[in-house]
Amino acid sequence: MIFWGYSIPEGKTIDYDKNSKELAEFVAKKVPDSSLCIGCGGCTATCTAGNLTDFNIRKLQMLIKRGDTQEAKEKIHTCMLCGKCLLVCPRGVNTRRMILAIMEYIRQ
Amino acid sequence: MYYDNFVLPFTIGLNLLLIFLIIRYIRWIRSFSFDNRRLIRKGIFSTKTLRSVKEIFMESLVHRKIYKTNSFLGYMHMCFALGWFLLIVVGKTESMVYHTSLMNPPYFAIFFRFFHPAKETFPYSGVFAFIMDFILLFILTGLFLAILKRFYSRIIGMKKTTRHRPYDILILTVLWLIFPLRFLAESFTSGSRGGGSFLTNTAGNFFAEYLPVDSLIYTAWWAYSIALGLFFILLPFSRYMHIPTEMVYIFLKNWGVKLDKESPGFEKMQIYSCSRCGICIDRCQLNTSLQINDTQSVYYLKKIRHKKEYETLTENCLMCGRCESACPVDLDLNQIRLNKRPDIVPINKDTYNYINISTPKKTKVAYFAGCMSHLTPTIPHSMLKIFKNAQVDFTFLDENKGMCCGRPMKLSGNLSASEILTEKNKKIIEECEAELLITSCPICYKTFKEDYHLNIPVLHHTEYINKLIQEGKLKTRPSTVKTVFHNPCELGRGSDVYKEPLEVLQSTTHMVVTKYAGKDALCCGGSLANNHLTVPQRTQISQNALQSYSTSGAELLVTACPLCKKAFNQFPDTLPVKDIAEIVAENTISC
Repeated sequence: MIFWGYSIPEGKTIDYDKNSKELAEFVAKKVPDSSLCIGCGGCTATCTAGNLTDFNIRKLQMLIKRGDTQEAKEKIHTCMLCGKCLLVCPRGVNTRRMILAIMEYIRQ
Repeated sequence: MYYDNFVLPFTIGLNLLLIFLIIRYIRWIRSFSFDNRRLIRKGIFSTKTLRSVKEIFMESLVHRKIYKTNSFLGYMHMCFALGWFLLIVVGKTESMVYHTSLMNPPYFAIFFRFFHPAKETFPYSGVFAFIMDFILLFILTGLFLAILKRFYSRIIGMKKTTRHRPYDILILTVLWLIFPLRFLAESFTSGSRGGGSFLTNTAGNFFAEYLPVDSLIYTAWWAYSIALGLFFILLPFSRYMHIPTEMVYIFLKNWGVKLDKESPGFEKMQIYSCSRCGICIDRCQLNTSLQINDTQSVYYLKKIRHKKEYETLTENCLMCGRCESACPVDLDLNQIRLNKRPDIVPINKDTYNYINISTPKKTKVAYFAGCMSHLTPTIPHSMLKIFKNAQVDFTFLDENKGMCCGRPMKLSGNLSASEILTEKNKKIIEECEAELLITSCPICYKTFKEDYHLNIPVLHHTEYINKLIQEGKLKTRPSTVKTVFHNPCELGRGSDVYKEPLEVLQSTTHMVVTKYAGKDALCCGGSLANNHLTVPQRTQISQNALQSYSTSGAELLVTACPLCKKAFNQFPDTLPVKDIAEIVAENTISC
């Protein structure tokens, strides 16, 4: 690789050679409205689980779209499915169904 | 000996049917869980059995519940069920009076007019002939309505009637043929030999003028017997399996048998008890608001019964219970669907360990607002004001840090995750050592009452406010605002709380009553139970429901659920929405 003298911090790298978009595609197919997300974070701000721990559904869905599924696999079960995120979403994403779809994928 | 070969189709059909049914029911009941079988043993020799007999008469024969939906429809169902039942009972009595023996074969009563020499009289023979003709006429009027319903369902109060399989259409035709054939057979016999009464005798004389009735008698009785025999043989594989199964189901239900996942036979029994009357279709808001016409309970049960793909339909239900409350057979429609939802959330010993809520203050009254109430902060704020005015010492359990009650998890089928949440939350509630638990959310309320097994009473805030007002601890001034009440699904149909919110609202505002009162309340569309609908679809349901309420001329819609408030609040121009707690808090006189 040619070294240009610039570098990107590892945390900000999206390596599509390693990442798998399979989960993102599964979710997009199951819950088409998940593509409407603008990442405003309303869901996370209101999250019942997020109030008690560092569960961040906005971040998880963003990572999944980048193909980085590790954190989602570890943390998605934190959700209690209370449904508040669904009510606050300004874009009308069926967030609850999205979470269930992620769980379903992981189970498979 | 009274016998003729034409009785064979009827007799063979009846015997095959009885053997089939006995084997089926024994198999189903043997698959029941231990608890359910114990309940049967306990209930069988109790007054519950007598209550079941009464219910069978009122529901399976008279069809009282269908009358409540629509009187024409009730009449039509009653004609067939009660009419046929009376035809059998009165016919059997008549044959026994004539024969003076209990032991005549079943076919003798059914084909009595053929075997009985018309000129020979016996005690009350004229009265019997009149009654039998009257019952036959009664059934024939019902048949006329049934044919009308199939082609113009709107005339008898159904916007949509059930779509049936070709097989069911076949047996329907056979059923429809039975009574006209009986009418013809009896009329021809009367026209040739006399007998009968106002209907068959008049028709018989009329036919005798134009037709060779003597030679037609035998054909008509054969046709009648074949129609009966065919109906009995087709019955177990058609929707008419509901006729015998419904009666067994009523006994089991009254003995307390529960629809759990360990009793697949009871689920089967409920599925086979569905008569496919289609009353659930018009009740379903997915049909009326979104024109989704495949997920209603009648079609859902049909798919399960005939082993078609039903997984999507399992998810596509608001569980509002509108179909269940109108179901004439009283099936556990929500529970059937809920039992089919898969439990997918993996559980281990660390699940939800992050929930670490500090021990609450010990008081006599504990208040749990619920997740949703935190999205509509005016509800908990109003409750705080009410507590203050009524001088109640209370603990706000989930003021800053709270957890979900577990019911949304349960509604999505994830029972094991839901149980963990229930245990954790129950521990917090018990730590408070309160004597009374109050919640603002009907979703929490239902699960607190049904699944938590708390040893303290649980009240929804509508019940609690009503109690405070009646005890004189809370004083309100009547307001002149014209209101209409929306009873949330989980509170009304779900938990049977109807009286208290109305009493509160009647004493504080000018409440108008609509046709959407009580069990007929609409669903706000916000239900967490449906995992299939998109957000715009939900919004459509909310909008239509709100429009229906707004036709009442009220200035304000009052509800008792944060989720309903949130759903309806999307359209403040149609009708503003408030929670009952807000109304009371606004109109409280400080003590």
